[in-house]
Amino acid sequence: MATHVVAVATPPRGSAAGDFWRRYRRSRLALAGLGIVVGLGIVALFAPWLAPYEPTGTSLDGLRPPGTAGHALGTDDLGRDILSGVIWGARVSLIVGITAAATAVFIGIVIGAVAGYYGRWADAVLMRITELFQTIPRFVLALLVVALFGRGLTKLVLVIGVLAWPQAARLVRGQFLAHKSSAYVDAARALGLPGWRIIFSEVLPNVLAPVVVLGSLDVAQAILLEASLGFFGLGDPNLVSWGGMLNNAQAYLREAWWMSVFPGLGIALAVVGFNLVGDGLNDAINPRLNE
Amino acid sequence: MGGGTPLWRYIAGRFVQAIPLLLGIIVLNFLLISLAPGDPVTVLLGEYPAPPEYVAQLREQFGLDRPLPVRLGRYVASVLRGDLGFSFAYRLPVVRLVIERLGNTLILMGTAMTAAAIAGVLLGVSAARRPRSRLDATATGASLIGYSIPEFWLGQLLVLLFAVTLAWLPAQGIRSTRETYTGLAAAADLARHLILPAAALSFRYVALIARITRASMLEVMHQDYVLAARARGADEGRVLWRHGMRNAAIPVVTVIGYNFAFILAGSALVETVFGWPGVGRLIFDAILQRDTPVLLGVLLLVSATVVVVNLMTDVAYAYLDPRVRY
Repeated sequence: MATHVVAVATPPRGSAAGDFWRRYRRSRLALAGLGIVVGLGIVALFAPWLAPYEPTGTSLDGLRPPGTAGHALGTDDLGRDILSGVIWGARVSLIVGITAAATAVFIGIVIGAVAGYYGRWADAVLMRITELFQTIPRFVLALLVVALFGRGLTKLVLVIGVLAWPQAARLVRGQFLAHKSSAYVDAARALGLPGWRIIFSEVLPNVLAPVVVLGSLDVAQAILLEASLGFFGLGDPNLVSWGGMLNNAQAYLREAWWMSVFPGLGIALAVVGFNLVGDGLNDAINPRLNE
Repeated sequence: MGGGTPLWRYIAGRFVQAIPLLLGIIVLNFLLISLAPGDPVTVLLGEYPAPPEYVAQLREQFGLDRPLPVRLGRYVASVLRGDLGFSFAYRLPVVRLVIERLGNTLILMGTAMTAAAIAGVLLGVSAARRPRSRLDATATGASLIGYSIPEFWLGQLLVLLFAVTLAWLPAQGIRSTRETYTGLAAAADLARHLILPAAALSFRYVALIARITRASMLEVMHQDYVLAARARGADEGRVLWRHGMRNAAIPVVTVIGYNFAFILAGSALVETVFGWPGVGRLIFDAILQRDTPVLLGVLLLVSATVVVVNLMTDVAYAYLDPRVRY
């Protein structure tokens, strides 16, 4: 009986994935986004081999323009190689972006599922908390938390993730509300499955698609927020990040445009990439929306 | 609109809902102070020298020897009295400091959002008139880029181009420091200083508003009443303005209203690039000077502002689109 219930809910696997890829592939923008994300992933992964210098290694060759021998993208005020900084920055941005988005989506799923499935007072309380977190300006709260509790990569991930969950929670809650009176949920309940099993192994797989879309858009937002904190001088002090490089560039705008242009391009490219992937996934999941 | 009563009842209901939200924000602020490493009194003071009498007074009010609920009660009471602490870096009460700066931030935000609304609606409507044209494709591409570029980097690029390279516009500040202007000349001077930061802040919202306007115009243009107007032989431009524009106001109101917190954050970042003396600049300096009372005060006041703006947005939305009131 139980297998029958599941079989109704999920179509045969192999063909679904193939279909999905065929629909995703149709959009040139979505493919470009995937290319950007994969490319940045490779740069981030192989940063130690790709970067010509240590990103924090200072030298006496300060403020050299791009094209200077040995420094394709120039150097900053302390003689640090911009290209190496941009390459290592990709690593920080992707790590923070992806893990923070995963944290946000995880919290959102748990809260949204509980609120949507159990309803009543659980829903009322959790949705008020969600509303509170949606109201508070995320950037100011993140600044305050980092300023009070100290900086560091793990803390950045936690702060950004913990502040970004409300959207996922609302989405998952809506999906659970729509699904909880479906026949397959009634059937699972009739079989006596416990609530947590119905939530995680029956309903969740069916509502995951839009959550994945939101997740990749969340990565873009997390990368932007990390860069903004870095620009305010609140990044991890031991790591070179794009936002931190732009903070440094601010004082040298008149002398060294390259200190601003290249790290900023990195941020824009990463954010565009994840936004395009998110849009592409969304169109591939809902083919009719594109018409 | 079915008489005035339902709208008023709706507004009153939203007001009541805003109160627990405001209390929640105060409690959250208190929790941050209490959970931060170190003595909460130090957190309330910041790392700036304060006179010992004031330290003693704070310790008496919020000291660790008091149980948590008592401290929470006293904190909420003092916030409700309008006491958000004292900044020893500026030697001013935090409330005065933040409200002074909030004015400059609102000038910047107001200018940027007015520009974004006008440009976004024009772009969105033009794109919707000829779907799949080159203009449409350009608008779509621009909105993707606008949505992805961090405002502060765009600000730096604008400085590089228009202030450093072309020397057309000032790169820093809110008014010229070399000369003192009065009357109209002062307004013109302010406007010159506003152009670049407002452009940097508005770009993202031009993109968003254009994107949503385009979508909602395309939807409206297929509604029966628009088809009917066209069938009656009404002029195309007239159809667009009479039937489309009321609907176009909704995306503008919602984009600006519900993104208010993000616009404020964007403003904070842009202010830092342009040395604009607003709240953002205040936060930036407070972080450098470890002036935590200012940060706490900004979070409270800015959150409260967001609650009020969201409330106003809901009301405006209910007025524009009667369907949202049940």
